[in-house]
Parts: sequence; structure tokens; C-alpha cells
Amino acid sequence: MLPGVVAFGVITGVAMVASGIPPLVAMLMSVVVFAGASMVAAAQLLASGTPALLVILTTVFINLRFMMYSASLRQHFAHQPLGWRLLIAYLQADNVYGLTLMRYAERPESPGERDFFLGAALAVWVAWQLAVAGGIVIGAGVPASWRLEFAAPLAFIAITIPFLRERATVGAAAVAAATVVAAHGLPFGLAIPLAALTGIAAGLALEPRRA
Amino acid sequence: MMWLTLAGMALVTFALRASFLLLPPRLDTPPLLRRALRYVPAAVLTAIWAPELVLSPGYEQMAAGAVAIAVAWRWRVTFATILAGLAALHLFHWLL
Repeated sequence: MLPGVVAFGVITGVAMVASGIPPLVAMLMSVVVFAGASMVAAAQLLASGTPALLVILTTVFINLRFMMYSASLRQHFAHQPLGWRLLIAYLQADNVYGLTLMRYAERPESPGERDFFLGAALAVWVAWQLAVAGGIVIGAGVPASWRLEFAAPLAFIAITIPFLRERATVGAAAVAAATVVAAHGLPFGLAIPLAALTGIAAGLALEPRRA
Repeated sequence: MMWLTLAGMALVTFALRASFLLLPPRLDTPPLLRRALRYVPAAVLTAIWAPELVLSPGYEQMAAGAVAIAVAWRWRVTFATILAGLAALHLFHWLL
């Protein structure tokens, strides 16, 4: 899990600096936002002069999946003290969520699930911040001929594919892809929220009917 | 301007992460919301990378993306997916 986190972190750091975000702001963003996909997207939107409000709106849509993790983690952590729940909220990340849910499915009722989550999440957090810092330092030093900018969509592909488990999720992804390509002429990255809505609708429509 | 964006991004991201964890334990999630949230990652994440493959000039990005999707589907290892995709990009650039 950690090599993937490091690879994506370095790419995120490089992409932010390449979009013209000052190095210290990029590092601060990595700590306070801690969500790579939205940081890469925001850096690109800021570089093209998108208004702050629309960058934040795009962030909401890209990070909407954390609301799903939150709903799911609640089943395990709802009775934890507030301070722990806030820490758990901050540390949510795609791969940590996947890893902990897999473990909870294998060993239901196991004690220490909070410590398992925090251990995995802290390891990912530290690896991530170091990787972003490394990416920021490397920054524009990477030769353009390496075409490292293509690593960002590749990292998103790697995060997306494990979510495509059955007909409905594959359909949601396919409809979202078709929408975002058809709507790419819309200004300010509005194609992404639009694709999110049509993709979710497609997923709901393709769900198997319950008897 | 950049500070406003940064603060806004941090705020909305934390609010989304905290959302359900802050509700009282006994409250139930509305079923339709719970169902809709299941499709968020598939739809939103795909909307981020699909244009990079489809709308780029030439076909090498699309072909390299297909290789990356196949590798991700088979092995589910982020690092391998990125390496295979980048290698395929350079290979197709040389071939096409």
C-alpha cells in the first residue's frame, strides 16, 4: 500500500508546483486538505484563473466520497469520544478505508479496530506528507520528456478500479466518463459535478431490483 | 485569493469527512442517500481521469490508459499501474 501512496504523493507535489502554486502553500495545502485528487484538480483550476468559489465547489464533488467513508466508518466508531472521531475523520484516505473495511469484514467484533485504523492511517499520513514534500522539491526539475504529468491520471485510475465491483458501479463510471467528455466545453470544470450527478443516477438505475 | 481557496478547500473537505461521524449514534442514514453515496467514487474519480485519456491529441494516451486499466484490474497495485501506464505511454509514442 505505501509504495502507491508515495508515488501518488510525489506526483501530487510535482503537479501542484508545476501549476504555479508556491512551494510553502502547496505543503500547507497537503497538511490541511490532505486529499490528493482534489489538490491536483484545484492546482490546475487555479492555474487557469478559475474563481475561488468554483474551485471549492469542485473540491466538494471530488471529495464527496469521504462522506461515504464517513457513513460507513460510523458503524464502527460512532461510540468513540468526539476527539477520536474528529481525528478519524481527518485521517480518512481511500486506501486506508479499503484496508480497514477489508480487515473488519474478515474479523467482525475484533477489539482494537480503532487502533488498527489509526495505525494504518498514521503510516499513510506520514508517508504521504514526506512524498508530497519530495515532489515539491523535485518540482520542475523533472525533464518534460519523462511525461510525468501523465502519472496523475494513472494514479486516479489505480484508485478508481477497485471501486468497480459490479454492473451498477461500472455503469456509473461509464456514464460519468461519457458525460465529462461530452461536457468538457463547459467553463470552470463544471463538467465534473455534472458527470458526478449523471454517474450516480446511472448507478442507482442499474441497481439490481430487490424482490 | 489563494488563501481563501485553501481555507475553503480545507473546510469543505473536513466537513465531508466528519459528516456522519458527528451524528448521534442512534440516528439512521436515509436509505436513498446511502445508496447514492455508493456510486460517488466510481463516478467522480472516473470523471477526473477520463478526459486525460480521451481528449488528448493522438491515441497514445488512450492506449496507455487502457494498459493501466488492465493492470489495475488484474493486480490492484497503484505503483505497478503508474509504472505500466508510463512505460506504455513511451512505447506507444515510439510506435504510433
